[in-house]
Amino acid sequence: MNNPLIWPVAVPLLSALLALLWPRRSTWIGLLGSALSLAAVVLVSRQVIESGAIELALGGWSPGLGIALRADGLSVLMLLMSTLVSMAVAVYASVYFSRSERRSEFWVLWLLLITALHALFLSGDLFNLYVTLELLGLSAVVLACLGGSRESLQAALNYLVLGLLASMAFLIGVALIYAGYGTLDMAALAAAIESGPTAWVALSLMTGGLLIKSALFPLHFWLPPAHSNAPAPVSAVLSALVVKAAVYLILRLWLALFDEVVTQTAALVLGLLGGVAVLWGSWVALQAERLKLMAAYSTVAQVGYLFLFLPLLAALPEGTTRDVALGALVLLALTHGFAKSAFFLAAGVIMQRAGHDRIAELGGTARALPVTAFTLALAGVALIGLPPSGSFLAKWQLLSSVFITGQWIWLPVIAVGTLLAGAYTFRLLGYAFAPGEGVGPSLSVGREEIPAVLLALAATLLLGFWASVVWELVPISAYAGGGG
Amino acid sequence: MMAMSVWLPVGILLSSLIPGVLIFFQPEERHRLRTWLNLLGALIKLLLVGMLIWGVFHEQVFETRWTMAPGLEFVLHADALSVLFVSLSTLLWLVTTIYAIGYLEQTPHRSRFFGFFSLCVTATVGLALAGNLFTFVVFYELLTLATYPLIAHKGSPEALRGARIYLRYTLFGGLLLMIGAVWLHTLTGGVEFVEGGILQTANLDQSTLRWIFLLLIVGLGVKAALVPLHGWLPQAMVAPAPVSALLHAVAVVKAGAFGIVRVIYDVYGVEFAAELGVLTLLGAVAAITIIYGSLKALSQDHLKKRLAYSTVSQVSYIVLGTAIVGPLATIGGLVHLVHQGVMKITLFFAAGNYAEALGIHRVSEMDGVGRRMPGTTLAFTIGALGMIGIPPVAGFISKWYLGLGAVEAGAAAWVLPVLIASSLLNAAYFLPILYRAWFKSQSAPWPADKTAGCVRELPDALLWPPLTTAAMALLIGLLAAAPYSPLEWAELIAGREYRQ
Amino acid sequence: MTQALIYALTGAVLFMLGVRATLLRETLLPRLLALNVCGAGVFLIFVSLAYRGDSLPVDPVPHALVLTGLVVAISATALALALNRRLREMADE
Repeated sequence: MNNPLIWPVAVPLLSALLALLWPRRSTWIGLLGSALSLAAVVLVSRQVIESGAIELALGGWSPGLGIALRADGLSVLMLLMSTLVSMAVAVYASVYFSRSERRSEFWVLWLLLITALHALFLSGDLFNLYVTLELLGLSAVVLACLGGSRESLQAALNYLVLGLLASMAFLIGVALIYAGYGTLDMAALAAAIESGPTAWVALSLMTGGLLIKSALFPLHFWLPPAHSNAPAPVSAVLSALVVKAAVYLILRLWLALFDEVVTQTAALVLGLLGGVAVLWGSWVALQAERLKLMAAYSTVAQVGYLFLFLPLLAALPEGTTRDVALGALVLLALTHGFAKSAFFLAAGVIMQRAGHDRIAELGGTARALPVTAFTLALAGVALIGLPPSGSFLAKWQLLSSVFITGQWIWLPVIAVGTLLAGAYTFRLLGYAFAPGEGVGPSLSVGREEIPAVLLALAATLLLGFWASVVWELVPISAYAGGGG
Repeated sequence: MMAMSVWLPVGILLSSLIPGVLIFFQPEERHRLRTWLNLLGALIKLLLVGMLIWGVFHEQVFETRWTMAPGLEFVLHADALSVLFVSLSTLLWLVTTIYAIGYLEQTPHRSRFFGFFSLCVTATVGLALAGNLFTFVVFYELLTLATYPLIAHKGSPEALRGARIYLRYTLFGGLLLMIGAVWLHTLTGGVEFVEGGILQTANLDQSTLRWIFLLLIVGLGVKAALVPLHGWLPQAMVAPAPVSALLHAVAVVKAGAFGIVRVIYDVYGVEFAAELGVLTLLGAVAAITIIYGSLKALSQDHLKKRLAYSTVSQVSYIVLGTAIVGPLATIGGLVHLVHQGVMKITLFFAAGNYAEALGIHRVSEMDGVGRRMPGTTLAFTIGALGMIGIPPVAGFISKWYLGLGAVEAGAAAWVLPVLIASSLLNAAYFLPILYRAWFKSQSAPWPADKTAGCVRELPDALLWPPLTTAAMALLIGLLAAAPYSPLEWAELIAGREYRQ
Repeated sequence: MTQALIYALTGAVLFMLGVRATLLRETLLPRLLALNVCGAGVFLIFVSLAYRGDSLPVDPVPHALVLTGLVVAISATALALALNRRLREMADE
């Protein structure tokens, strides 16, 4: 077995089965499974960095009939983010769920979610993508309602129904593609797809479904209740990873498979929606009374930023400048993944300590929970896009693409979005650093505070100073069609 | 030697960054360890800066490069101008640290305070050493982040309000600076700071360059407190005295002024900027700021607010010196970067001492304070006389060179009246304080006498810093012609800027 | 109009009817039913794709896909019903 591609999927899947069979040891199995998945991903990443994109036909069946797994720069970056984030969140969850009777259920579903995510990032065929999307959606829904409250169940149910609708739309697109081109293998499709009515309708349907899943304005309405009512570790992965999976797929479709089909106008439409999402999401986040709701609306805004890149990418000629912009998009997604998971974990620490997450009553947080307050501050820096976070570099390149393409319309969006993000972050920090008794007395640093601060440091220092790795990896593509 | 030229700039940053990070993790009660970490860091930095001064004087190249993203390099580079600012911040950091240790004794959250204090100095030194516009923007934003918790430190509603206003202004300014910087970066492919500027040969559209100049200067002008972007500065004086001292003398306002100097001399090139016609406008804004700040200072009874408006006015001397083309004005502006810092930090130390010892916050409460606190008042007096521009205190040198520069550049007609008017206004708002302090007798009980019955007026850590900086203000004025004096160094910079 | 096309168009119509009802209905059960109608539409399209003319054998790939899709649809429906029941129980408590 010198092809490591199967391991990032197999390890969490086997761990999930083990956790199911051995519920009393589920915490250890979960932690070990997460750690081994990380090792597997590192193995794959090394191979991709050393020898370029790699491919594996499962069971020896050739792609087209069997299942193909493929790893290139983009998938490796997404995999790395998802294992690193899920490793940290798993450590946090081992404390969070340590006394919960739902512990073993959590770990089984958690490992399934990781399986689905990894399979999605590695999948080389469209139908497989549909299956991983559904698997991801289902495990996410069940995880989201583990809190057991009425609101969380209601939100999860809504999330499920919309998610199913989205997958149906995606699936019908897959059917059209199969009708038109007789294959679902993405590498073959990247070469085959040409502009035409079939491709157009298929792309619209698939994109439509994925837009629901990525919660792009105005299809974002399901996200804030679902993300803000879930247990903290679940909110963290929902916002950081699950939403990103849908964005990742849109990127794959738009930049590699359908690059001949995509028009400037279509990209502009998505960009405009992204722009509205940035402004609207940030504005509502500024009004939010609860910490987790604020974080959820901030996710809506941050997803909007990612879509701002599409019209710019469509306008840039293929080559270095476009790769730079694409790298910036990926870097922004990665930074947000780390920062937002840190943010949700910190919110979870506060909620467990204070019993609430009402922003106006968080006075004294900085004194009682200095590490967590520091985490919120660092994550906030990354959400605003200030140095030394990765999102600062990404925003710099985003602005640069705006100047290169002359699409001035995005300039005020980025500017106002940045100021609004600053406003909601520092509004929160203002309360957290004010004196008060909102979160109880000062205690020693808890074990549960550490994963969050590590994630926040990754978003700021790691992705700030070693971001050039992203730009080295992004051009390694398994799909001939484009840079992605 | 090669290795040192790479590591020295990084070492200068790390000498405050590492203590800062370590201090964050110290429990409140580990007072001694924290003090040692602070002083050790400050002394190491001083030593390293000494090596840097020597090296730069002998035209050695100190440079560190690190690629952050395609086309975006993090560059630390020491030239004569950086050395001027680095040495100022390093020296004053040392003094302020000692002062802050004395000032904050027995107050809560000292670890947090000193942690951010060190980060603030790291950001300032980073600004000084930034070798390109990108790195400058990075540190400019970091400075905002490091100073916000310092202003909000007390946690009181006024402190939080002041910090919020500060943040509104600076985030806005930082954003404009970033937009301008990205724009320029996109046009040129990289904006390194080079003595004499890089744009005169770049052959770019002039009106675009004017727009970018506007963005950059407005972005920097927020921190430099140019009217009408100065609104945050009087509000930020709610911060503890050592923070105000550092804010007004080195860190924030100076960062803005230093940035303006960098943009004009090392990006645009002063002659090219004059050709674009942007300097006239900047000079006008600086003149307005000088007069407006002085006028506002005149009507403030609150001592720290009066000093704050005085800063608004004085920092624009630097901008004014930059806006006038010619080596003499350049020297005046640059040397004032140092002179204003040393004098203003003295004044803020003294103001902090009055508040700490006797609860005095207002000018009207200062009657007879000279007899009760002679050391502090002596320091205050020297600082105030320097601000007015009375020889031989340092402020005189700055104004002298600014005046000469204006004559040299043929701008005497409007610069000299501004200088004279502002000196008269300075006298009008400082001399009454001195008169009250020395010559009036105490008219009312001190608002909160905390040192009653003590033999000495204050603990050493509070008394010596203002006396030291006052002595410095006097000495750099008296010995302005000595080698390595700020004036000599400003002449060195001016010589290199106008070499072409 | 070929037979396959009729099937495919019917599938498309079913899909659209399902989408409409999923979005417009308020209560869960009709929405779930609508989703399943949606699913039936999609599967019908797949089945019609498998037809490659009278002379050729039927394409097995869409059939395999439909089988997988059915499994997913059934599990999702079951999950939604279970959640709904839990919500009902909570309302009763």
